[in-house]
Order: sequence, then C-alpha cells, then structure tokens
Amino acid sequence: MTLQKTWPRVIIYLALVAFAAYYLMPVYLLVITGLKTDAEINIDWMWRLPTGIHFDGFEQAWPKVSANFLNSFLITVPSAIISAIIGSMNGYIFAKWKFRYSNTIFLAFLVGMFLPYQGILIPLVQTLQFFHVYATLPGVILVHCIFGIPLTALMFRSYFAGVPSELLDACKIDGCGFFGIYRYLMLPISLPAFAVVLIWQFTTIWNDYLIGLVVLSNPRLAPVNVAVQNLAGTYTTQWQVQMSGALIAALPTIIVYLALGKFFMRGLLAGSVKG
Amino acid sequence: METTSAKPSLFVETPTARRRPRWLRSDMAIAVLVISPSIFAVAVFIYSFIVWSFFISGTKWNSAIVDLTWVGLDNWLNMLTTDRFQTDVRNLVLYAAGFMSQCIILGFLLAVLIDQKIKGEALFRTIFIFPFAVSGIVTGVVWRWLMRPESGINLIFQSVGLDFLKSPWYTDADWGILAVSVAGAWQFSGYVMALYLAGLRGISMDIREAALIDGCNTFTLYRRVIIPLLTPVTFTAVVLTGMGSIRVFDLPAVIGTGAAFGTDALAFFMFSLTFTSQRYALGATIACVMMIFSALLVVPYLRSTRREAEQ
Repeated sequence: MTLQKTWPRVIIYLALVAFAAYYLMPVYLLVITGLKTDAEINIDWMWRLPTGIHFDGFEQAWPKVSANFLNSFLITVPSAIISAIIGSMNGYIFAKWKFRYSNTIFLAFLVGMFLPYQGILIPLVQTLQFFHVYATLPGVILVHCIFGIPLTALMFRSYFAGVPSELLDACKIDGCGFFGIYRYLMLPISLPAFAVVLIWQFTTIWNDYLIGLVVLSNPRLAPVNVAVQNLAGTYTTQWQVQMSGALIAALPTIIVYLALGKFFMRGLLAGSVKG
Repeated sequence: METTSAKPSLFVETPTARRRPRWLRSDMAIAVLVISPSIFAVAVFIYSFIVWSFFISGTKWNSAIVDLTWVGLDNWLNMLTTDRFQTDVRNLVLYAAGFMSQCIILGFLLAVLIDQKIKGEALFRTIFIFPFAVSGIVTGVVWRWLMRPESGINLIFQSVGLDFLKSPWYTDADWGILAVSVAGAWQFSGYVMALYLAGLRGISMDIREAALIDGCNTFTLYRRVIIPLLTPVTFTAVVLTGMGSIRVFDLPAVIGTGAAFGTDALAFFMFSLTFTSQRYALGATIACVMMIFSALLVVPYLRSTRREAEQ
C-alpha cells in the first residue's frame, strides 16, 4: 500500500519472483535429480534438465527407505492423534477450569517446551531402558506424546479461551458437568483446532531426527529421516540416491502443507506463544 | 440439579456418578484430576530430568558403567578447556549471527513485499513458508549438494561470470558454519515472514496515513513508525531464532559430515560424547550449558508475553 507510491510495482514483483526462485531452487534440484538416469548424474551438469522421465534414483532409494517410511507413519499418526486428544482436554482445563496455580503450571509447561531436548536425553534413555520400552515404537510414541503436551495445551487453550463463558454457564444450567460441557459444547466447536494441532504434530514428529536417532537406536525401527541421513553417509557419491530418498521423506509433510496450508499457518502463529 | 438435566450428559447417566464422594462431585476436582497425569508427565519427563542432567554433570560417569561419584565442577572445568567445546561456542556465535540476521532481514523484507496488496499473495506466501514443512535432514541433504565447492551454486556463479562470488561454503575450516546457517535460514525465514506479516496486518491504515500526511516518505515511515511498532514481533523472532541456533543439530549432522570442526555444533558434540563415546557426565555438561543459554532467552520472553497478556 505504501511502497507503491515510490516503487514501481514491477520492482516489487521482480523481487518477489527472485525470492521465490531462491526458495524453490532446492526443490528444482531435488526433482530433476530424482528424474535423471544414472548416466546423467554428473556434478558438472547438476542444473541440467533430465533427458526424459526416469525413476532410477527412486528405484534405488525406495528399497533403502521404504521400511523406515512405514515406521514414520506408525510413529507419527498415533502420536499426533493421542497428543491432540490430551491437548484438547488440557487446553479446556487451562482455559475454563482455572484452579489454584493453574496459570503457574501453564507457564511451567511453556518453559519446558522451549528448553532444548539435549537437557533431558540422558535421563530419558535411562528411564525408557528401565521400563523396557527403549528402542521400541510404543516407547518413542510415548516420548512424542509427552513432549507434545505443552504445545498442544497451548494451542487448545488459546482456542478455548475465545469461547464465551456464558455458553459454559448455559450448559451448566442445562445440567452438564465437566465432561458434558466438553462433549456437547467444546468438542464440536473445536474441530478446526483439532485440525491445526494434528497437522502441527504430524509435521513436527515426522520431521523429527534427534528423538528418532536417540530413542530408536534399532535401525530397523528408525524413522525415515534417520534412514535418509544414513543414505547420505553410505551413498556418498551417488547423490541421485540421496536426493530421491530425501524427496520421498519430504513428500508426506509437503502434501499435508499444500493441501491444508490454512491450518498449518494458524499453527505457525500459535507456536510462537502470541496466538 | 444433575437429576433434572434437560440435556443428557455423559456424567449424569453413569450410576457411579451418584456414589462419588462429595469432594469429587465438584467439577473443579474432576478438572484437576483429569489434568494431573499431564502435570505429572511434564514434572517427571521435563523438570526432574533436567535436574537429573545437572546432577549427572557433577558426577564421574564417563564410561559405559554408571558411576555417580560426585566430582563437583570437574566436568565443567574440563569442558571449558576442551578445544572442541571452545570451537563449538564460537560456532554457535557465528551460526546465531548468520541465522538470526538472515531470518530477520529476509523475513521482514518478504513480509513487506507481500503486504503491498500484490496479486498472487497466497502463492508467494505458500512458496516462502513451505521449507518449514521440510525436515532438517532433507534440507541438509539438498543444501550439501547445492554448496558443493565444485558444483551447485558455485556452478551458477561461474556460468554467469560472477566467479568472485564462488565460495568454499561448508568446507571452509573457519567459516563453514556460516554456510550451514544459509540452509537453516532457507528453512526458517518463512516462519519469521509469517510473524512479521501478522504484525504488519495489525498496524492500522490510519497510522500509516497519518504518518504520510505528516510528511513521512516511505523510507521514514518504515524506519520511524512501522519498525518500532513491530518491536514485539522482532523480539519474538530474535528469541525463536536464537533458540533455534542453540539447539541446531540435524543440519550440522548432515552438512558437516567429513569436515573437521568447522561446521560442528554444541548439540552434535553433546550427542557424540554421550551416545558414541559414552562419556555421559561430559555430555550432560554440554546439555546443561545449552539449557542455560536457552533459559537466558526464554525467561525474559515468557515474562514479556505474560505481561502483555495481563494488560
């Protein structure tokens, strides 16, 4: 609105297109490399378009990452669903059932959310080993659910804080208790919040590397990002294999982002505590 | 009241509801009961683990066998004089400088450009934010090839005659970590843009028009009015990118393979000490250093957001 008086519109669009090219450059490289034949793989021709559509890279990468790709789903989907359910309950309580010290506890949740995972890794491994869930899928799901508690509570709390207290009072007059209000009022109206939280947790947990690496030390159970990193270490010169593996690992979250970008954006802003 | 319920509620209909002791009949008690497992989980898995990590950093446990003999600050003093630790702290400063400045400058610039009532706003926004949906490992794999000294971006510079821009990128023994920050900023600057865009949309047109009537040109409008109004957003961006710098792990893990300590990071040193060399007490010491650095950013940040919320 304001720049346009001094800057010609063309410059604004040129700048935007240039930046867009910068952000898309790695995608271009990922896609064209994946579609090249092995013979076309040469670092001097890195930017050249492939001569046709081939899947040499994918054919070599897929057997190496397919099992881990499935593991990622087995970890991510239950973790996202369980943490969304826990988060909606906690958010409902933090927003509408303020008990003594509930604000202080909420603040303690937030502080915990921001501290780096390294601070808890060693005790975490000790504890999981003690309960014999170290290097198992249920163990890693448990870890993701627990570390998801602060953020999911924050997201649902912000959402439920916007529900007028008069509505809750009306429900109480109708005879609803704690669970009744949740079941008949909060749950039905919180579907958009569920979408935001599910997408956010799905993306975060799918993209996790550290927890997967440390907690799932068993390479058979490792998530896809750990497998892609291993590909990068073993196929050092066959970068078409690395690139194809990376593209496979990135596809689910990219698809979710493109299909449900609106919800993703809301999660983005909620994650900064301002929302 | 519960028996005269007009609307069936899950709670009223269960026969056990009537037999509950009086203190449990209060909905508030139920709320506390429902949230307590979460409070317990956070207390144990976050807070007690943090305390435990600090404790480990004061013990002799530097082999596969657990040895919790108290040695006080020995590991901390040992760490301070370790070359790799010193390099990593220096790398953290460099990475933070590169990552934070790129994210904040790019993020602000992109938000201002997008805020110009342009056509295709949604498309541009989607493109700029999409790297945030991609994992650090995938980002690292792609950028490692983009920054290959004999290929990638250098190849583009060469073909357009800008040879002087060619760089050794992450293979530089001293400044390699800055190349890693380029990949990090590619991933995160869209997030910062989203924060700034939300901030810009919150500044009313009246303020901008008043400033223009008062004789501000576009440049002074941004310098004197808009940027100061966006200070809270900048603060948020500084804290989030600062914490991202402290914990960065995936990118140095992928991009830095092979290079000496030029691309090393605290998180990576912590990982290799603990889980490769099994020197748990030293690993815990680095973890504690990382937590202290983060706390220096988080505490003032949460204080300020809380103050805002109370106002």
